[in-house]
Amino acid sequence: MLEVSQTVGRLFGLRTDVTAAHLGLELAFDPSRQQYNSTALLAQLVRSYSASQEKNIAVVAVDLYVPVLTFVFGEAQLDGIAAVVSHHRLANQFYGLPRDDRLMLDRLAKEVVHELGHTFGLYHCRHFECVMRSSTYVEEIDLKRNWLCEECQAKLDWQR
Amino acid sequence: MNPNPTILIVDDEQVVRDSLSKWFREDGYTVSVAASAAEALQQLQVQRWDIILLDIKMPGMDGMELQLRIKEIDPTPTIIFITAHATVDTAVKALKEGAFDYVTKPVDPDYLSHLVSNALKQRSLASENVKLKEQISEFCKADEIIGESPQMHKVYEMIQTVAKTDTTVMIRGESGTGKELIARAIHSNSNRRYFPIVAVNCGGLPEGILESELFGHERGAFTGAQYKRKGKLELADGGTLFLDEVGNIDAKTQMDLLRAIETKQFTRVGGNEIIKVDFRVICATNKDLEKAVSDGTFREDLYYRLNVFTIFIPPLRERKGDIPVLANFFVRKYARAMGKSIDSISPEAMDTLVRYNWPGNVRELENAVERAMVVGKSPAIRPEDLPYQLTEKNHVLPTGSLAAVEKAHIASVLEQNRWNISRSAEILQIDRVTLYNKIEKYGLKKPGAA
Repeated sequence: MLEVSQTVGRLFGLRTDVTAAHLGLELAFDPSRQQYNSTALLAQLVRSYSASQEKNIAVVAVDLYVPVLTFVFGEAQLDGIAAVVSHHRLANQFYGLPRDDRLMLDRLAKEVVHELGHTFGLYHCRHFECVMRSSTYVEEIDLKRNWLCEECQAKLDWQR
Repeated sequence: MNPNPTILIVDDEQVVRDSLSKWFREDGYTVSVAASAAEALQQLQVQRWDIILLDIKMPGMDGMELQLRIKEIDPTPTIIFITAHATVDTAVKALKEGAFDYVTKPVDPDYLSHLVSNALKQRSLASENVKLKEQISEFCKADEIIGESPQMHKVYEMIQTVAKTDTTVMIRGESGTGKELIARAIHSNSNRRYFPIVAVNCGGLPEGILESELFGHERGAFTGAQYKRKGKLELADGGTLFLDEVGNIDAKTQMDLLRAIETKQFTRVGGNEIIKVDFRVICATNKDLEKAVSDGTFREDLYYRLNVFTIFIPPLRERKGDIPVLANFFVRKYARAMGKSIDSISPEAMDTLVRYNWPGNVRELENAVERAMVVGKSPAIRPEDLPYQLTEKNHVLPTGSLAAVEKAHIASVLEQNRWNISRSAEILQIDRVTLYNKIEKYGLKKPGAA
């Protein structure tokens, strides 16, 4: 997690910390889907850190969903203070492939940066390599770089 | 593609509305939500939506019924049904009613993303198609129908009235009034505008040639028919057949044409194959067809078949108010074409144009302005630039005996038509032999003739 945190810090030029998030995962669990409602987790995060001026990204191992979709890699409060990211579907093992921790960490870092981008008010980007490009399956995460395109970087600078 | 497409989400479950709207907002879409059919209909009054995601099962009016109501208000949004309980029957029904697609909850994010992006691409293509058709319509527009007079406004109204129907139109008016332009305007405002308008000048072709021109011929149909040739009727398939000078068609071709118009099928000259075509007929004539029918030179049944909706184009002398508008239009047209800096007509020259009675109508006016543009100098056309016959002393008829008036008028018409006997006889409404007799009687001489 430290490595992910450092990557994020480098990219955004921010100080980053890793701490344990006290989330009631069981409150977001849906037994019929055997998944965790990411919107409910996000609501918990926002409540817990409502007084905070900082951005708070929770990284979880459980499989996330929003009610209308089969799954999500993560969810963010657009232009807000919190986001939640899962590495459940970022691991090769989920797809029956050999374990590759390096690849999983790369993917996780990209998804954390992506959701953090949303908390800074960035929308999805059409630039092929930009980290803010929408990814709906894991190979798409591999295709993009952990990098903000000029347009998104300019928007980010303006937002900050 | 619209950089910021609009999506309306209609679902009675708040969690669905929230999660979908959030998901689409992150993609940069403008999103709004409605919890019921009533709210959705209100949203439709507020703005236009590119895509509407509709839940099928909702309390009150369900999604299927709402789709029909939406289509009544605005048929353009792309509708995607999204529901928890999918059955084949409802899916088929939804698609039959015009929905773009049908998905079940929960949706695979990748599938939904592609579905919406495909829907937007299709919309973009559809709107591009509409734009291209509009551009074609602009190109097709008969832009030289000019005139602000009440008579011409009535003509425009008639064009608009009849264009969208498939009715046969007969355009009547003197030579040079622009009958073909009116025919083209009807065609370009009709639903057939993306197909050709094929014009046939029935007056300028001998009997056998006109038949072959209209119906085409097979190889060897007559001496010289070395190749099979499609006729104008075949070429007009899907579009409009414009028969100019329809009063001049010979008796046999009249019969064949009547049959082809009635049955929409015919055979090529020298052929047996029945060819089916779909065309609209617009015809034009400056002849007194009613007289031709009573004389027996024009078939009565063809006359009634063609004379369904008639548009009379008034001669220019009956709408003198249009002369300045037309003249200025032709000045601009020829200034552009000739690269000249003449941009107006002097008041004296305009006065001459307005006072003249224009037996050759708009065509004659255009020729006069074109000539004046050739000889004239910047900045304006002067009276001396106008053709000789327009000057006052030429068109003021002499007073005195009837014979003197007749002589002067015949001389003037001959002059205007450069001594073209057929054309002059047509304008004078006498036959060529009578005209020759009058020329001899009054001792009129062609300029330059011995």
